[in-house]
Amino acid sequence: MKVKKVVTINGTQEEAYNFWHNFENLPRFMRHLESVNVAGNGISHWKVKAPAGQTVEWDAETVEDRPNELIAWRSLEGADVKNSGVVRFKRATGDRGTWIDVELDYDPPAGKAGVLVAKIFGEEPEKQLYDDLRAFKQVMELGEVVLSEATIDSTHLVQDPGQPRKAAHAK
Amino acid sequence: MKANCWMGTKKMEVQDVPDPRILNRHDAIVKISSTAICGSDLHMYNGLLATMQRGDVLGHEFMGEVVEVGPDVKNLKVGDRVIVPFPISCGKCYYCQEGWPSICENTNPNGWMQEALWGHATAGVYGYSHMLGAYAGGQAEYARVPFADVNPLKVPSDVPDEKVLFLTDAFPTGYFAADNCEIQPGDTIAIWGAGPIGQFAARSAFLLGAERVIVIDRVDYRLRMAEQAGAETINFEEADSVLDVLKDITGGRGPDACIDAVGMQASGGGILGALDHVKQAVKLETDRPMVLREVMRAVRNGGRISIVGDYIGIIDNVPFGAVMNRGITMRMGQAPVQRYYHQLLERILNGDMDPSFVATHTLPLSETPKGYELMDKKEDGCVKVVVKPGM
Repeated sequence: MKVKKVVTINGTQEEAYNFWHNFENLPRFMRHLESVNVAGNGISHWKVKAPAGQTVEWDAETVEDRPNELIAWRSLEGADVKNSGVVRFKRATGDRGTWIDVELDYDPPAGKAGVLVAKIFGEEPEKQLYDDLRAFKQVMELGEVVLSEATIDSTHLVQDPGQPRKAAHAK
Repeated sequence: MKANCWMGTKKMEVQDVPDPRILNRHDAIVKISSTAICGSDLHMYNGLLATMQRGDVLGHEFMGEVVEVGPDVKNLKVGDRVIVPFPISCGKCYYCQEGWPSICENTNPNGWMQEALWGHATAGVYGYSHMLGAYAGGQAEYARVPFADVNPLKVPSDVPDEKVLFLTDAFPTGYFAADNCEIQPGDTIAIWGAGPIGQFAARSAFLLGAERVIVIDRVDYRLRMAEQAGAETINFEEADSVLDVLKDITGGRGPDACIDAVGMQASGGGILGALDHVKQAVKLETDRPMVLREVMRAVRNGGRISIVGDYIGIIDNVPFGAVMNRGITMRMGQAPVQRYYHQLLERILNGDMDPSFVATHTLPLSETPKGYELMDKKEDGCVKVVVKPGM
């Protein structure tokens, strides 16, 4: 399963690269990620939230790192889900910021882990990456992810106002 | 707190809802002194805007006192009196920095819904469906205001609410409509719709140098209100052909610029109009574009069309050849309020404009649903309803 999206941010390639280069920052905008721990030597440990309190985990290695231009990574042998990713940082035309170009590739296994992965990404993995990149843009430009009553999902605060108490979330 | 909630088509109810709270570091909470019902709130009232959920708090025109600020707010403090523009701007993205807060890239968490329908996302708007971000609206005792450093405008304490409240939407939207006409001295501007936006567009057109303004509607008391500003009027139900009348009174050429201040909820339109009503009812067409069709044929060759009436989706039978072949310029959009509100506050303070003329009714929050009915049915001389939570 391959997904690819691009977003433009107001900011330099260097700023975007530096933020992304520390993989521990990724859960700030990738909603399905619970944590990434950087172990050193280009190795990191990734933990993804799954339904019913379960997690899917793997170790990954950085396979290419070109300062201010590109970072590529892939999971190591023994991962719950074999996956890889690459992010490219490009100067936007007219110097109107930076293009962040992301490709993710997941190879869900058969069996239980495969079912979990399907649940995590739902039927619209592209929408999820789109939302994540919009969140990345918000973190880069505004310092945080913008919340509204719309952000009702497991990783975001649910704002109660907007729904009357006695008819809460009735549709 | 109490808030006016959408509970279904033609069903508004004032309900008890939890108080808003600071969610982002740049938020403020405003205690609302005055809020208004917008003509565009009638889209939700009449069930024309999808992605509404039962219980959503409506209202995108509000003002009041800052009662709480988030840790990163620098320009506002508790006690400030502010008006709050309807488009939510982040202030930092490309479009906000280019003076286009209404197409901010960052403030609609549901941008994917708009991307599916419109190709790209716009700014979030208070109380205006989930597609526009699902922010709780301002027809309430309190509201959360994101990016409080760039959105609210401080207003002096000695100016009554009714004079500054309409800086949130109606006045800047009307002014933007007139500004998009690129008015030259001597120009004649025709405006379809004598609701609050049309009224402000007419007065703004004169402020920007128009020689003549012609307002078209079918509601007599609203046409009289436009005449008080010096506009000429046409009641389209009494005219055989608005196009012919416009030609007759402009030497055959037509108006230099035309403003559509009606949008998708237009009335009339003859056989095509009747077909539009049926198509809209069965969802074959989302919008009824009778005014747009007329505007496209009425404007003079080489003239300008300015659209501020709301369209949300698909329209049929648009005479596009009429604008392509005749060299027409079209400009439109949701008003970038924050681009205009400083100069328009100045216009209010120096006496160029007193927006309070448009407020025909004032109601307590508990009677907000009655205000929707008044505006929708155009009863009792209603143009604009102001709601006062403290009343």
